[in-house]
Amino acid sequence: MRFATTIAALWLLGSTAWAQSPEDPLASSRWEDMRRVFFADATVVFDERVRVSAPATAENPLDVPVLVDASRLRGVEEVVVFADFNPILKVLDFRPGAARASLGFRLKLQQSSPVRAAARTADGRWHVGGTWVNTTGGGCTLPSTGSASPEWQERLNEVSARLWPRIDGGERLRLRIIHPMDTGLADGVPVFHIERLSLQGADGRTLIDIHPAEPVAENPVFTIDLPPGLAPGALALHGRDNNGNRIAAEVAR
Amino acid sequence: MSARRLCLALLGALCLAAAAPLRADPALFDYRLTPRALAEGVYVLTGLQQDFSTRNGGNIVNTGFIVGDSGVVVIDSGPSLRYGRQLRAAIARVTALPVVLVINTHHHPDHFLGNQAFPPATLAALPATREGIVREGEDFNTNMYRLAGDWMRDTAVSPPTVALAPGRLQAGGRELELFALDGHTGADLAVLDRASGTLFAGDLVFHARSPTTPHAVIARWLASLDVLAALPFTTLVPGHGPVAQDDTPLRQTRDYLHWLDGQLRSAAAAGLDMTEVLALPLPRLYARWAVAQEEYARSVAHLYPALERATLEHRDER
Repeated sequence: MRFATTIAALWLLGSTAWAQSPEDPLASSRWEDMRRVFFADATVVFDERVRVSAPATAENPLDVPVLVDASRLRGVEEVVVFADFNPILKVLDFRPGAARASLGFRLKLQQSSPVRAAARTADGRWHVGGTWVNTTGGGCTLPSTGSASPEWQERLNEVSARLWPRIDGGERLRLRIIHPMDTGLADGVPVFHIERLSLQGADGRTLIDIHPAEPVAENPVFTIDLPPGLAPGALALHGRDNNGNRIAAEVAR
Repeated sequence: MSARRLCLALLGALCLAAAAPLRADPALFDYRLTPRALAEGVYVLTGLQQDFSTRNGGNIVNTGFIVGDSGVVVIDSGPSLRYGRQLRAAIARVTALPVVLVINTHHHPDHFLGNQAFPPATLAALPATREGIVREGEDFNTNMYRLAGDWMRDTAVSPPTVALAPGRLQAGGRELELFALDGHTGADLAVLDRASGTLFAGDLVFHARSPTTPHAVIARWLASLDVLAALPFTTLVPGHGPVAQDDTPLRQTRDYLHWLDGQLRSAAAAGLDMTEVLALPLPRLYARWAVAQEEYARSVAHLYPALERATLEHRDER
């Protein structure tokens, strides 16, 4: 009888865990840890409407292209991107204001890992999508090429940007910022990364806020899609890195 | 059937058998290298149309050797010590003459990691190829262990000791002409055997397989192909893919590089994110080549960042 009770208790425990966390479609041994770290007690669902595009095999672990698109969900307030097997889990988060809930960027991968995006909707639920990226690794513990060259010191936080019309009548902004984005994990190279970027329309409305973390690739490139009907006039980009250096640029339209 | 007829028929069958590269035997670490005669004293060993793997041991490359009156010239030493040793044994089955020169056409791992099997004094390359091997050889070697596993056992980097220069070269009693080119890497050597008209083009030329681009400068590469196209060759040995009796591999490589360059430039000009460039479909002509999708994805990673950067900085990248 006691044996049966134990079995029942185990079964209950098992089923409770099951109810709290649906099975990870990427079958990662780290998923339970990810859930605890990023979502605590919040409701989490795996949702195919959150799309993460990345190559199945990354040729350059220092510069892995990723496109996160949560725009098929309504009312996305925040998106967090993380990689289960990176030594620094969080890659970045962003809050789409008037911009589409999508963002293209590049990250450093230390080893093969799921790359996931979690989009929080107004009801507090997290919708998670992701994909596996295989790589030879070493991306996070290598020093940036910038840290070995004087060029970035002269051009630090320099922004180059360009706008394209989109087929839906909106616009696409691509921008690149000169920054070593050092993780602090390479010997003798302190952590040094952009930690905040904010894009405003000509009317002062926030289009998107981005908080890059250490794993974002050196000299980051971002792809941001803007909806039709923005106020005419230049866009303004403001930001800073963790050493307090300012980023400021205007994108003429 | 007369004896002579039977002999010819057998030879034909042997030729056919040798034309298709034999599958390596991973259980025995036997590459089953089979030299095929292209002309009097000129041999090729054809690799598989694949990516590096633990099944093929890295044998995806064409190597060759030329037998003269007094010695043997080897062109590229293959991806591993085991390959180098088995290449040496294969040469010994053809001739008792010694290997007097081992040429590395460029500094990619499948072209020089067999060097160790040959005397250091015979190892030769362009100076910039030697520098590339010294600078990047260890990283290449580590990566090859990861990709090909135990096939790589005991393989170490053995850099060339003889500096080659473009022009005529007498070696082993054979007259060769060397062409110092670039574009696939910073230094690419092509070797023409004057007696037979056989051109060993190294990785400047691919055939029915997508070219690889980790160190490519496409404009330079295209200029090098123009030089090769003007040579009086009768047989063309590409770095990867089947041997040809005409310039088909040369034209294929040129057309692919033009297409790749145009595709990436127009993608950058249209503001495509790198993930979107990766998702673009390949033309049917290239999609059916060996490892086409894989090489395209690698080329996007190699070449797209500089092009998109130029677009964002409103520069013309040439």
